[in-house]
Amino acid sequence: MKLDIRMPMGVMFVIVGLILVVYGAMTGSDVETYRRLLGMNINLVWGLVLFLIGAAMLVLARRAMKSPSK
Amino acid sequence: MPRIELHAVDYLILSVYFVFVLGIGWALRRYVKTGEDFFLSGRSIPAWVAGLAFISANLGAQEVIGMSASGAKYGIMTSHFYWVGAIPAMVFLAIFMMPFYYGSRARSVPEYLKLRFDEKTRGFNAISFAVMTVFSSGISMYALAKFFEILLGWNFHFSVFISGVIVLAYIFLGGLTSAIYNEVLQFFLIVLGLLPLVLLGLRDVGGWHELIRKLSEVAVSKGFAPGTMTQSWAHTGSAASNPLGVEWFGVVFGLGFVLSFGYWCTDFLVVQRAMAANSMLAARRTPLIAAIPKMLFPALVILPGLIAISMHYKTKGMFLPVENGQPNYNMAMPMMLGRYYPAGMLGLGLTALMASFMSGMAGNVTAFNTVWTYDIYQSYIRPGQSDKHYLWMGHMTTVVGILLSVACAYAATRFNNILDLLQLVFAFVNAPLFATFMLGMFWRRATGHGAFFGLLGGTITAAIHHGLTLPTGTQVGIHGGWLGTIVHQYPSDMAQNFWTAIFAWTVCFVVTIVISLATVRNKTDEQLKGLVYSLTPKIKDRDVPWHKQPATLGIIVVAAAVVLNIIFW
Repeated sequence: MKLDIRMPMGVMFVIVGLILVVYGAMTGSDVETYRRLLGMNINLVWGLVLFLIGAAMLVLARRAMKSPSK
Repeated sequence: MPRIELHAVDYLILSVYFVFVLGIGWALRRYVKTGEDFFLSGRSIPAWVAGLAFISANLGAQEVIGMSASGAKYGIMTSHFYWVGAIPAMVFLAIFMMPFYYGSRARSVPEYLKLRFDEKTRGFNAISFAVMTVFSSGISMYALAKFFEILLGWNFHFSVFISGVIVLAYIFLGGLTSAIYNEVLQFFLIVLGLLPLVLLGLRDVGGWHELIRKLSEVAVSKGFAPGTMTQSWAHTGSAASNPLGVEWFGVVFGLGFVLSFGYWCTDFLVVQRAMAANSMLAARRTPLIAAIPKMLFPALVILPGLIAISMHYKTKGMFLPVENGQPNYNMAMPMMLGRYYPAGMLGLGLTALMASFMSGMAGNVTAFNTVWTYDIYQSYIRPGQSDKHYLWMGHMTTVVGILLSVACAYAATRFNNILDLLQLVFAFVNAPLFATFMLGMFWRRATGHGAFFGLLGGTITAAIHHGLTLPTGTQVGIHGGWLGTIVHQYPSDMAQNFWTAIFAWTVCFVVTIVISLATVRNKTDEQLKGLVYSLTPKIKDRDVPWHKQPATLGIIVVAAAVVLNIIFW
């Protein structure tokens, strides 16, 4: 593969995940916004999920780069 | 209609996406040195990347917005587009057809037709396909621009411009490789951007059982049996007893066989992704890898539609915008986003829609590029030029393809359900095509004249059938009936499309056989080696581990689709 697509994808999801986590933490006290979501801070929760998925992609890409199989 | 207000954080997420999409194009530009790099990714794409791109190229705005609209309008029967439509056709493509596509070294689907049949069959297919891709890409563009205009108050022209420029930039820079890599990124974005919507929506409705209960009430209020919105097969005994307006034969033969095989097995838009794979085995596995997420997509795109319509019913018509007394089904997905996503997630959700739109558009543009340059320009306009010249032509065609899409976007403003329009085009062009490929790949006696007149007859039949029939409750014109007399009324657009496809396929099949038998063979057995099933040595997969064997994977995928059909029977 010319470019491991997991690399840019991983970086992007880590960035977007962080944006959501920070934004979620900042607005977490804003009851009005999250009331209609039955009290769930979806920004915080899903931001974390995206961050972890992005990080996993980066780990896999790094491992593939290091492995001597090529 | 309520406008959705975007915050700075939403624009930030959208910009991050734009930066990465363009960045990938930029990073790949130095790998584009030859025509093969630009049009076929130098046949270097690993199976999993090709597989996800395969499915993502199909996951355009029509799919996301159109399937949620159909979910809201027709209920769980929309799943037929997946579990009867897509899956069997994808497995068939992988196991029976990829060996010929990839093995023949054809650079496009029309080129395969030239190798198998003759020049005129290729020309006919190349031209009709080129028109169709531009048209699809235009609809994609229109759908998103319209949607951003209504929902966010963005200027229609601005949306068309910005999306056109970005897709143009990344394909121009990196060719098919750039489109494919971006499709993988778009795939993950679409899934991760829409999944929480389903979870939040289900929570709000009150869980799965409550959703089923609400949908029964919706079905009854429309004058159907309670289970018609929540059961996919139980009410298909007659066309009048379900909201889709189609009986089981139309579903199985029209959609499952003719339309789906026509699309998945012969549409260069998707087949191109598999042709770019780095080996024969990878090319054969591409559609099978794609089939796994495809099977689960109903949860992502149909379920939001079901949630939207049950919320619409629960709130006594306050959820979806109402036009002429009918809910506007195309707004199902946008309204869900507006209701359930706060600032932040909203940026992610809109980015997902933007991604789906771009992947659909880029898929069409790259397919158009290749077919125009190799099958039309190189064959009929300027043959015998250097590879460099055709590479230059590919770049130019990208620009022209985008401009034509823009023109189509402004023209495509008439249908209630975008999907119906798209199915209509597929029915005219694609439905007869599968008969040609089937006979071409499995019957060595099929001749060039037979294939050409079969295709022509099938396409004309499709047009005549459409011109003589009309779905109930629609006006004569783009919906049909334009030949003056109306021979038959169908209960829905969908039913009419399925039957148009059935007639077109049957005529093409019969005409191809009759004319082939009446004409002499134009290719010898030796020339057809690698192109026709009975003349090609079978591929042995004995040394391949079972989880990489196309046949084993195919059986698993089909079995899973059967189970899903039974669960939602």
